[in-house]
Amino acid sequence: MVDTKVKIKDLVFENPVITASGTFGYGLEYSDLIDINRLGGIVVKATTAQPRQGNPYPRMAETSMGMLNAVGLQNKGIDYFVKEIYPAIKSFKTNIIANVSGSTIEEYVAVAERINELENIPAIELNISCPNVKQGGMAFGTNCHSAKEITSAIRKVYHKTLIVKLSPNVTDIAEIALAVEDGGADSVSLINTLLGMAIDTETRKPVLSTITGGLSGPAVKPVALRMVWQVAKAVKIPVIGLGGICSAKDAIEFLIAGATAIQVGTANFIDPQITIKIIDGIENYLQQHNLKSVRELIGSLNY
Amino acid sequence: MPANKFINDFTIVSNISFSDHTFILKLLAPEPLPEMFPGQFVQVLVKNSAATFLRRPFSIHNVDYLNNTISLLIKRIGNGTNSLFNLKAGENLNLIYPLGKGFTLPSNDNVLLVGGGCGVAPLLFLSKYLYKKGIKQTILIGGRNQSDIIETNEYQKFGKLLITTDDGSCGEKGFVINHPVFNETPSKFSKIYTCGPEAMMKAVARYAKIQSIDCEVSLENTMACGIGACLCCVVNTTEGNRCVCTEGPVFNINELTEW
Repeated sequence: MVDTKVKIKDLVFENPVITASGTFGYGLEYSDLIDINRLGGIVVKATTAQPRQGNPYPRMAETSMGMLNAVGLQNKGIDYFVKEIYPAIKSFKTNIIANVSGSTIEEYVAVAERINELENIPAIELNISCPNVKQGGMAFGTNCHSAKEITSAIRKVYHKTLIVKLSPNVTDIAEIALAVEDGGADSVSLINTLLGMAIDTETRKPVLSTITGGLSGPAVKPVALRMVWQVAKAVKIPVIGLGGICSAKDAIEFLIAGATAIQVGTANFIDPQITIKIIDGIENYLQQHNLKSVRELIGSLNY
Repeated sequence: MPANKFINDFTIVSNISFSDHTFILKLLAPEPLPEMFPGQFVQVLVKNSAATFLRRPFSIHNVDYLNNTISLLIKRIGNGTNSLFNLKAGENLNLIYPLGKGFTLPSNDNVLLVGGGCGVAPLLFLSKYLYKKGIKQTILIGGRNQSDIIETNEYQKFGKLLITTDDGSCGEKGFVINHPVFNETPSKFSKIYTCGPEAMMKAVARYAKIQSIDCEVSLENTMACGIGACLCCVVNTTEGNRCVCTEGPVFNINELTEW
């Protein structure tokens, strides 16, 4: 048996494969199709203080080897999450990570305080990188000062594992990563979606109601891999890599680049069972390469 | 709670073209099919098409529990459907099924089904289902020309069939909404089910509202996951934005704020 365990601060993951926020619902949507308990973790759909309707349709455009989305954090708010969602998911035997978002620092703090009380949620992913909302979201994550400020504010009220999800829409993502590390983050996850757009040439109108949206899928993988490598070199805290991962090989590339764990996002839409295939594929790779632990791969890039 | 969903490789039993653009894939399931309802859909994984990144949703056109097959009626529109058009018997197709909520039964007898173009896809299954429930029905299908009007003998088994074509090559000339059946006042129908181009469905919905007839429409918003995870396919309803994939694709027109 190979050892696939990894650790983010004190939190142990049975394997490094986690589902990305906004691509896996609350896990319940997929529970007919895969064994949720085999996953290293699930990052559930972003939660805000108040219910949000998100952006108007159309919110999605298929692009070459990827897709743009402009959902805009549609969710039923923290009260609904605590009362209705949490009881349905708390018995999953995997790390359930809450993705927290908002428009103001106060809103983020209010949500984090509520999540802190939920026994079976051992970590938060702080979403300071959503490109699809007018206020907050990415605005916090594209500036070192505000990224550190919001991380510090959450650190004061949240006592479990704090992961901060970074935006790639910056000139130097390593600087932002260092800022949130300084602010007290236990880990960073990257990348959120890349800002993009699509145009209908017949109508000359933007495909998305919001004009721009976030690009995800295999099209972004090389960019994500490069950023994970840059950030992993810069910070001391563990890095969670994501962006276009569709196979065990993709996942292993991110581990070699320096990621301690990885997230699978858009690929869940195409193959709902992809995470299980990636977990199996990583185990096979370790066996074939005579590696006892997946940890031997992390940051093992030869250059 | 919604019924269970499954993911499996189906084997193509036949791929029959009715014209250069419309075809029906008959697919054999590798295990006994679960009970499925008219209006539900499947998410198809399209291989051999580099430009097709996401799965493609298709209404369930017909189900044969005895032979364990389902049929999909598809129109060639882009790269994905073009790739499906070229599939041969014996090849595999990966499906997530059955998805979404289907049409609901009427509270009274005598219903009207209205389908336009490829929007007739879910109506054959619905027509068969209503027939088995003993509900009297009229089926109105419309197309651009005769080549769009297929499987007429099937519908005729289940109810009274009416046809329109834009060029008059089959049935009444004109759009479905111009058919004389809509001139009858008061309407004798207790419920209207419709699927097709949005402009057609909206015209049918307007008629239903004026006549105070219960009306269900099947929407086809672009979607990514098909199972309620990505929240991309929403429609504005009286209860806010709701996913077409899990809370539809069939909606009562009274739920749709922009209809």
